[in-house]
Amino acid sequence: MNRLSWFNTVSLTVGFAFLYIPMLILVIYSFNASKLVTVWAGFSTKWYGELVRNEAFLDAAWVTLKVAVFSSSIATVLGTMAAYVLVRGRRFFGRTLFSGMIYAPLVMPEVITGLSLLLLFIGIGLDRGVLTIVLAHTTFSMCYVSVVVSSRLATFDKSLEEAALDLGCSPAQAFRLVTLPIIAPAVISGWLLAFTLSLDDLVIASFTAGPSSTTLPIKIFSSIRLGVSPEINALSTVMIAIVAVGVISASLISKRNLVRQQQDEQAAARA
Amino acid sequence: MRRFLLIAVPYLWLLALFLVPFAIVLKISLSDIALAIPPYTPTLDFSAGWAGIKAFFAGLDFENFVWLTQDDLYWKAYLSSLGIAALSTVLTLAIGYPIAYGMARAPEEWRPTLMMLIILPFWTSFLIRVYSWMGILSQEGFLNQFLLWTGIIGEPLIILNTKIAVYIGIVYTYLPFMILPIYAALDRLDESLIEAAEDLGCSRLSAFWLITVPLSRNGIAAGCFLVFIPALGEFVIPSLLGGSGTLMIGKVLWEEFFSNRDWPVASAVAIVLLAILVIPIVLFQRNQQKQAEAEQ
Repeated sequence: MNRLSWFNTVSLTVGFAFLYIPMLILVIYSFNASKLVTVWAGFSTKWYGELVRNEAFLDAAWVTLKVAVFSSSIATVLGTMAAYVLVRGRRFFGRTLFSGMIYAPLVMPEVITGLSLLLLFIGIGLDRGVLTIVLAHTTFSMCYVSVVVSSRLATFDKSLEEAALDLGCSPAQAFRLVTLPIIAPAVISGWLLAFTLSLDDLVIASFTAGPSSTTLPIKIFSSIRLGVSPEINALSTVMIAIVAVGVISASLISKRNLVRQQQDEQAAARA
Repeated sequence: MRRFLLIAVPYLWLLALFLVPFAIVLKISLSDIALAIPPYTPTLDFSAGWAGIKAFFAGLDFENFVWLTQDDLYWKAYLSSLGIAALSTVLTLAIGYPIAYGMARAPEEWRPTLMMLIILPFWTSFLIRVYSWMGILSQEGFLNQFLLWTGIIGEPLIILNTKIAVYIGIVYTYLPFMILPIYAALDRLDESLIEAAEDLGCSRLSAFWLITVPLSRNGIAAGCFLVFIPALGEFVIPSLLGGSGTLMIGKVLWEEFFSNRDWPVASAVAIVLLAILVIPIVLFQRNQQKQAEAEQ
C-alpha cells in the first residue's frame, strides 16, 4: 500500500502533532525565566539548577531507581520461569489457575491491585517501605515479562532444544546454551518494560509506600496537584530526554543488527 | 526436583501476592467499619478455636454492598465512569483509525520510524503526559492564549477541571494502544482485494467500508478493549484534569480509602468494579483467541 492520499497525509501530520506538541510545549517552557508557566520571560536554565539542589526530588529519584532495578530484575527471573513453564512445560495441577494469575494483573485496575496489596501487608504486619513497593512492582511486572517472553518462546524452533538434549546436554545446559541466547532479546525487552513500568507507577506505589519511601511519581503527583510548576517542567524534560535517547538508540541498534543479519544471510547464500 | 522449583517459585509468588490479597479484599468488603487498628471488624481470632471461626463468619454480611446501592454517589460514579470510558474509546477510535490507516499506506521505508514515533510516548512517563495538558488547558494556558490571539474566542474557555479535559487526557494517553493493533491488522491486509473491488465497480470509499474496515475489525476490537478496560478504573487522569466535578469510580475508591479511611466500603467498591470489568475482559479474551485461530 504505497499510495498516500491527501487524507492520509493530513491524518498522519495532525496525529503526530497531537502526540508531540504537548510534550514540546512542556520542554520549551522548562527554559522559561518566569515563575509563571504560561508567560514567556526569556530563556533561562535556572529551573534545572533548582532541580539539582532540590534534595527531596533527588531522594525520591534514588528510591525510585532502587525500586525499579530490584523489582524489574526479580520480575524478569520470575516472569521468564513462568513463561517457560507455560509454553514448554507439561500439564501440571493448577495450570489453568496459574495462567489465569499471569494474565489477570494485566487487566486489573491499578487502584484494586494497590488496595489489595496494602491490605495484605497490613494483615501480615509488614512495615511499608522500599521492600513493600518492590514486592508490589515485581508482582505486576513479572506478568508483563512473562507475556513478552512467552510470545518469543512460542515462535522459536523447539527442535533446537531437542537437538541439544540428544547431543548429551542436561535440560539445564540446554536452557543455558541454546534457549537463553535465543530468547535473550525478549528477556531484555521484558526487563526494560518492567523497569519502565516501575519508574512510572504512581497508584500502586502510593498504596504500598511508607512515609520514608516516597518515590518520584508520588512526589511529582503531590506537587502538580497544586498546579503547574517550572521545576516539574524541567524534571519532565530530563525524563523525556532520557527516554528519547534510549528508545532511538535501541531502534538504531536493532536496525543495524537486522541489516547485518541480512548481509550474513546473503553471504551464506552465495557461499 | 528442578522442574518442581521452576513451577513452584512463580506460582507461590502469585498465590501469595495476587490471590491471597484479593481474598482479603473480598473478606474486608463483607466486614464492618470500626474505630480500631485495623479499622474493621470482625478480625479472625484463631486462638479462640472453632468458636472464634464461627463468630468470624457470623460477623460477615453484605451491608456494604447494600450501602453502595443506597447512596447516590456510588452508582452515579459507576455510570459516569462507564460513560466516560465508552465515549473516550469511541473518540480514540475516531482519531486513531485514520492515523493507523495512514501508517499502513505510508512508504515501506518510513514505517519503522512511524512505529517508533507511536511507541516513544508509551515509554515516557504517564504522569508527565497527563501533566503536559494541565499547562495547555488551564484558563491562562497555551490553548486559550492561542485562541484569544487568533481572535476565535473573546474570553478564555474553561476546559481544565471539566469532563472535556478528562476525554482529552484519556484519548491522548491511550492513543498508542488503539493505533498499534489496528495498524497490525491493516498491515496484513491484502491490497489486491481492494483492487479487485475497485475493478468490479466499487468506489474507493465503498471499497474502504466494504473491505478494509471489516477486515480490520479484530484490530479495532482489540484497540477498543485496550482503551476501555484501563479507562474504566482510571485514577490519575480524572484527579489531575477532571477537578472535583468529575465523578469516576477509581477516584471514589481512592478517596474512600485515603480520606474517609472506610476500608470495608473501599473494598466493596473494588469488588463491584471488578464484577463490571469481567464482561469486557471475557469479550477481549475471546477476541484475542479468535484472532490467534485466524492467524494459524
